[in-house]
Amino acid sequence: MNTLRDTAAVTGVGETRYTRGTEKSALRLTLEASLAAIRDAGLTPPDIDGIVAYASGAVVAEDLLTNFGCEDFRFSATTPMGGASAVAALQCASMAVSTGVATHVLIPLGRDGYSGARINRRVGQMRQFRVVSEFEAPVGANAPAQYYAPMARRHMELYGTTSEQFAEVALTMRRHAALNDNALMRTPITVADHHASRMIADPFRLLDCCLESDGGAAVVVSGAERATDMAQPPILLSGMGVGHPDSPSAITQRPDMTRLGLAKAAPRVFEMAGVTPDDIDVAEIYDCFTYTVICQLEDLGFCAKGEGGAFVEGGRIGLGGALPTNTHGGLLSQAHVAGLNHVVELVRQLRGETGARQVDGAEVGLVTGYGDLGDGSIAIMRRQ
Amino acid sequence: MTQRDRDTPLPVPTAESRPYWNGLRAHRLVLQRCAACKRPRHYPRPMCAACFSLDHEWFAASEQGLVHSWTVCHHAFHRGFRSETPYVLLTVDLTDGVRMVAPLVEADASRLSIGLPVVLDYQDVNEEITMPRFRIHERDE
Repeated sequence: MNTLRDTAAVTGVGETRYTRGTEKSALRLTLEASLAAIRDAGLTPPDIDGIVAYASGAVVAEDLLTNFGCEDFRFSATTPMGGASAVAALQCASMAVSTGVATHVLIPLGRDGYSGARINRRVGQMRQFRVVSEFEAPVGANAPAQYYAPMARRHMELYGTTSEQFAEVALTMRRHAALNDNALMRTPITVADHHASRMIADPFRLLDCCLESDGGAAVVVSGAERATDMAQPPILLSGMGVGHPDSPSAITQRPDMTRLGLAKAAPRVFEMAGVTPDDIDVAEIYDCFTYTVICQLEDLGFCAKGEGGAFVEGGRIGLGGALPTNTHGGLLSQAHVAGLNHVVELVRQLRGETGARQVDGAEVGLVTGYGDLGDGSIAIMRRQ
Repeated sequence: MTQRDRDTPLPVPTAESRPYWNGLRAHRLVLQRCAACKRPRHYPRPMCAACFSLDHEWFAASEQGLVHSWTVCHHAFHRGFRSETPYVLLTVDLTDGVRMVAPLVEADASRLSIGLPVVLDYQDVNEEITMPRFRIHERDE
């Protein structure tokens, strides 16, 4: 039996302002966010003795140590799962602090995704994309929109999922972003705006695709006992896990391309946390594309495969609905820091400090990551 | 699709994949299968995931397949494809049991549906590389 349940807590969170355009380096953005998270936890930089750095980013642990003046650093790791890395890092950090290998582990993530290298260049440098680089990039599949669009198209053909349902996701994220003064896209949009936005990789229109942005986020993970004595109310990590889809190196060869790695991890993680989907008060779901939210809601067990499109209708995933989702605006409308902004938002929701976008009485929440060619990660957290 | 812009990314065949690319160059579909249990696999790799044999062989595969899914690329994420948009990328269930992704010769996606029969076609890019593409298998073929 997995014994990680409630052995670690998120004790600090921090973010920079998100922008589209910056003079700051990814390291500078990472340091700003890290400092904010460390101070939020009531710590100073030398207190950090472990780091889970972003495997797909430009910043390594040594860069932070040099700036932090850490003298007795004990644990360094990466969780190379693309956009699933940040949530996977929570599991990694929990293992380190619950075993006493480290005391306070920092998960930092800063990127100049708007001002620096764009997505098509970034994926070409990732080893997880080696196979598709040889066989699929030369035929014209050069970015995630083009890799994932056939998953969405097949879902539409098999289950009748519609572009109107994709729009429902985009509109909901935008409404939430309007309540967040650190979100980049706050102007309300309509279904007509969604349908009029230019086609990128059918069925994905521009408003089905996440933002490219500059900025940083960071969280501190500490042992659960230590956390009771720190600056913030501890947010316990009750369940964590990762899952890889069948044929993880190529979507093309996957027996069922509508089923993600998350589908394997979710049952394990709900069991570890001792809760069911009905217990989740707020969800932060990795939203690189609108369709990806619909597919993950199915793979998490909130509804059956094929029913995700209907699930997002009628305000169910909006504030005031049964499952408020991406209350910060998500990657679609807040900013893209590879989903660590989703972790920060869930912690703030469970602390009850999100103001106009606060989910009343939020006690148990869930965050997911989605990366590479369908890798999944999930964490369930609760207020102590 | 017309003759490719030379700016498109080209595959770099490896020791593992070269027979596949050499097959396309000869306008034949040559795929890998396990030498022990005969299970076909794509893309080429060292080990059979069913029986873990490290021995493989190559065989002449059927050029026929059925549409599994598709996308229509309107935005080029690589400069070499800017002159080709919009283009259709098909994911195809080949008769031999593996899938391939390749462009559809025509740019019109309106005839596509899951299960539509297609047939492999070849596009010579340069003296060494030929790329796969598909065309819709017409009833009278």
